Amino acid sequence: MIAELGLAALWLSAALAVLQMVSGALGLRDGASPHALYARPAAVVQAFLATLAFFLLLYAFAVTDLSIKLVATNSHSAKPFIYKLTGTWGNHEGSMLLWIAVLALSGGLLGGLERRMPEKTMSATLMVQGFVALGFYAFLILSSNPFERLRVPAVEGSGLNPLLQDIGLAIHPPTLYIGYVGLSVAFSLAMGALITRQVTPDFAKVMRPWVLGAWVFLTFGITAGSYWAYYELGWGGWWFWDPVENASLMPWLAATALLHSVSVLAARDALRTWTIMLGVLAFSMSMLGTFLVRSGVLTSVHAFAVDPERGAFILGLLGLYIGGALVIFAMRASSIAEGKRFTATSREGALVFNNVMLSAILAIVLLGTLYPLLTEAFDVRVSVGPPYFNPAGAIFAIPMFIVMAIGPLLRWKDDKPGRIQFEAAMLAAIVIAIVAVVAVLGDYAILPLLGLALSVALAVAAFLPLRGRNIRRVPTATWGMVLAHFGVAVSLFGMACESAFTSERLAAVAPGDTTQVADWTVKLESVDPVAGPNWTAIEARVLAARGDEEPTVLTPQARNFWSPPQPTSESALITRLDGQLYAVIGDSAGVDANGKERWQLRVWWKPFVTFIWYGGLLIALGGIVSIVGRLQVDLKRRKAKALGDARRDDLDELNGGDTLPEPAE
Amino acid sequence: MMRLLIALAALLAMPVMAQQGMPPAPYAYTQLDDPALEAEAVELMETLRCLKCQSQSIHDSDAPMAGDMRHQVRSRLLAGESPEQIRAWLTQRYGDYVSYEPQVSSTTWPLFAIPLLLLLVVGLILLRRLGKRRSDEETAV
Amino acid sequence: MRLAYLIPLGLFLFFAGLAGYMLTQPKEQNVPSQMIEQPLPDFTLEPALEGMPGATKADFVGGEPRLLNIWASWCLPCIAEAPHLERLKQEGVEIIGVAVRDRPEAVEDFLSRYGNPYSRIGADDISELMLEIGASGVPETYVIDAAGNIRYQHIGDIREETVPLLLEKLEEAR
Repeated sequence: MIAELGLAALWLSAALAVLQMVSGALGLRDGASPHALYARPAAVVQAFLATLAFFLLLYAFAVTDLSIKLVATNSHSAKPFIYKLTGTWGNHEGSMLLWIAVLALSGGLLGGLERRMPEKTMSATLMVQGFVALGFYAFLILSSNPFERLRVPAVEGSGLNPLLQDIGLAIHPPTLYIGYVGLSVAFSLAMGALITRQVTPDFAKVMRPWVLGAWVFLTFGITAGSYWAYYELGWGGWWFWDPVENASLMPWLAATALLHSVSVLAARDALRTWTIMLGVLAFSMSMLGTFLVRSGVLTSVHAFAVDPERGAFILGLLGLYIGGALVIFAMRASSIAEGKRFTATSREGALVFNNVMLSAILAIVLLGTLYPLLTEAFDVRVSVGPPYFNPAGAIFAIPMFIVMAIGPLLRWKDDKPGRIQFEAAMLAAIVIAIVAVVAVLGDYAILPLLGLALSVALAVAAFLPLRGRNIRRVPTATWGMVLAHFGVAVSLFGMACESAFTSERLAAVAPGDTTQVADWTVKLESVDPVAGPNWTAIEARVLAARGDEEPTVLTPQARNFWSPPQPTSESALITRLDGQLYAVIGDSAGVDANGKERWQLRVWWKPFVTFIWYGGLLIALGGIVSIVGRLQVDLKRRKAKALGDARRDDLDELNGGDTLPEPAE
Repeated sequence: MMRLLIALAALLAMPVMAQQGMPPAPYAYTQLDDPALEAEAVELMETLRCLKCQSQSIHDSDAPMAGDMRHQVRSRLLAGESPEQIRAWLTQRYGDYVSYEPQVSSTTWPLFAIPLLLLLVVGLILLRRLGKRRSDEETAV
Repeated sequence: MRLAYLIPLGLFLFFAGLAGYMLTQPKEQNVPSQMIEQPLPDFTLEPALEGMPGATKADFVGGEPRLLNIWASWCLPCIAEAPHLERLKQEGVEIIGVAVRDRPEAVEDFLSRYGNPYSRIGADDISELMLEIGASGVPETYVIDAAGNIRYQHIGDIREETVPLLLEKLEEAR
């Protein structure tokens, strides 16, 4: 019953998407079509139905309904309840349903709440949103039906990949999807504005909170994903430039550029074409990511179920939407009026520079990710990884960080560089000093060194815009910028420290032996077998002490799940203010001289590694503060406007119907 | 009951673990005594690909073959070979696939050419967008 | 300015074409060896079990072309290829085996169950030979000519169709 209801809800949603699209299209005609008003309600009801379908699947997983094929192949009755729930999106069909639900929800929120735009632009926007949703509904219903039934219910499920049986699966996919599927709204808005030739500051003010909202979730989702991979996969890596990781980074890069661009458009009526291009690009990157991750054309550690047939379907959708959008862009972009002018040394100039830098980094990531695909067409296999992405990205990232430090200090429209020479000199001094000091202290690679120095300079620079202002009168949105930029500095600091200063110790130790890593003394106490709900493991009891302090107990495990059979490594962490101790237990390593069994123990001391994710959280928080700030301003303006309108009405009444001339806007 | 489950699980995990029945190669899980040499080893291992894994460096992977490759890296460094020689030794046998550090060759030149091209394009865009504006500003009212 | 706006579209179409083409191609899972037409390295491997000699390079030099079969008792496809190896042995082909990361007892157990087509079996405990010849997994079979050069690599287990192919390659290697 549940499955049939869910499928019915999906079909109805799809039908409503058609209605939304057609109604939106009708709204574009010059004479007000009576059918145009269906677009908004269609979007809202569609959101409700798609979300319902998702919750129905969630329910099916919660009760382990083994008559549904998806549940039978991805779940198990012995799984802990939380993982039964999160397993709903731990597979292709379920995650695609999540995709659709978020897409429909975004469209519904847009249609239901957004009233600041001209109706025609709204119609165009909803038309595009409905059109995009339609393709994905078709994909879901026709080729990835999550509600498919088994003729004979399974006796027991096949279980969920043990690596996914973790709280990370509860956080990472949902936030990530809200992020990059939320960018669909930005896409639809950009296309709507392009089609109705409404690329104006007012439009930008409308678009901004949607972009910010999606971007906040995306930032959080990527941060969560990185931390999850770090502690789950057992080798202490937090980013590998893996194709699936890049698939989430590329929309983020585009969205970051977009949110800066839309702010400029809103405040200064400049960068019109850039904003539209980035709006199209951001969601295009999301769709491209979905293609890369599900089609199987690229090898990845994080790959979902791969299926070239489904990949072909998604590629078709990509051709339709990205191709279509780019065609319309090529045709209409020249009709976008030139925005206001500005000089190179102005805030707009700095923002243009950094948008170009972000786009260049995006291009590098795209190139590196897709390059193996190109060579495989010629039967050659290459590997593109951190040794390529790090330096190639740094070519553009380093200038970007420099401009990011001084950009917010520049005035709008036109500024003399001499005005900020003190700040610029101070920041340069910080960078040079740190590079010099660290280079003298040890032999470190150039990139982490530069990253470290720049991060400190950026951290200082983030707060410089507040200099000379009354702290209490600083707009909330500015605080958002300060926080977000500071978050970038914190994150960069963490990355640089981890790259440069990590110490690792591999040792074959018997119970009772100790080993050293950095200033920690690590002692293996015992190794015992343990069992969990759906796994067995050998667990090491490790005592770690720093200097003379009391030892802390760590219990890393080497686990074996039995359904499906898979070994995993459960790391144990000690988190301090200045870093993390990361311990992993491996296999038995023979016996020592006394006949005691030895075990592979691998311990890292990673200074300031947690700053990477604290920084990410700060960035997301900065975004939230920005949204709140904008909303505050918006509400204040609306209240003031309402007050002004009320006053005008009062005056009208007093004047007995003769209205006063309206002040020019 | 628990013991039965553990035994059962051990049985199921057998084919996977049977490889682990053999001890790993000497330098698979042992660091070199010289910290500078070990740092060189780690740097090299982080850029060599594990051939049996989906996408991991041999430094991160627990696959037995990755361990064997680590042994080769460390023992060869100890014997005096340079990291580049060891990388070359592997790419001679497996092709560019085994190395994450791209070498300029007939199959990888676009990876290097395109960022340079991008630099050019970026420069052009910026010049157009920002340079032109300045001269316009000077003549504007 | 209009031309510049077409560039993103052009790039996208290029990518779409490439991706579309690649979707039709089977995914290449294997890493082929680059040592074809190169000589076997000098190696000496201890016997993998008592009673059978170990393997060295010299065993491949002189006489007829031979097969080098990289296998292990823990490798499931090796069970599937055992009868086909037996058939190749009956065709008069000398097969020298290299057991990767295997205990003598496990090797003996495997051979007693699935037959022993090998004239010699070397033990490669740390993948030394595998790495030297560019083998990336088990099972793999190489055609080695009488001069000790690697002439052909077959990745994966030997199937029924592979037997005539290997015989052909052995002929070519004379």
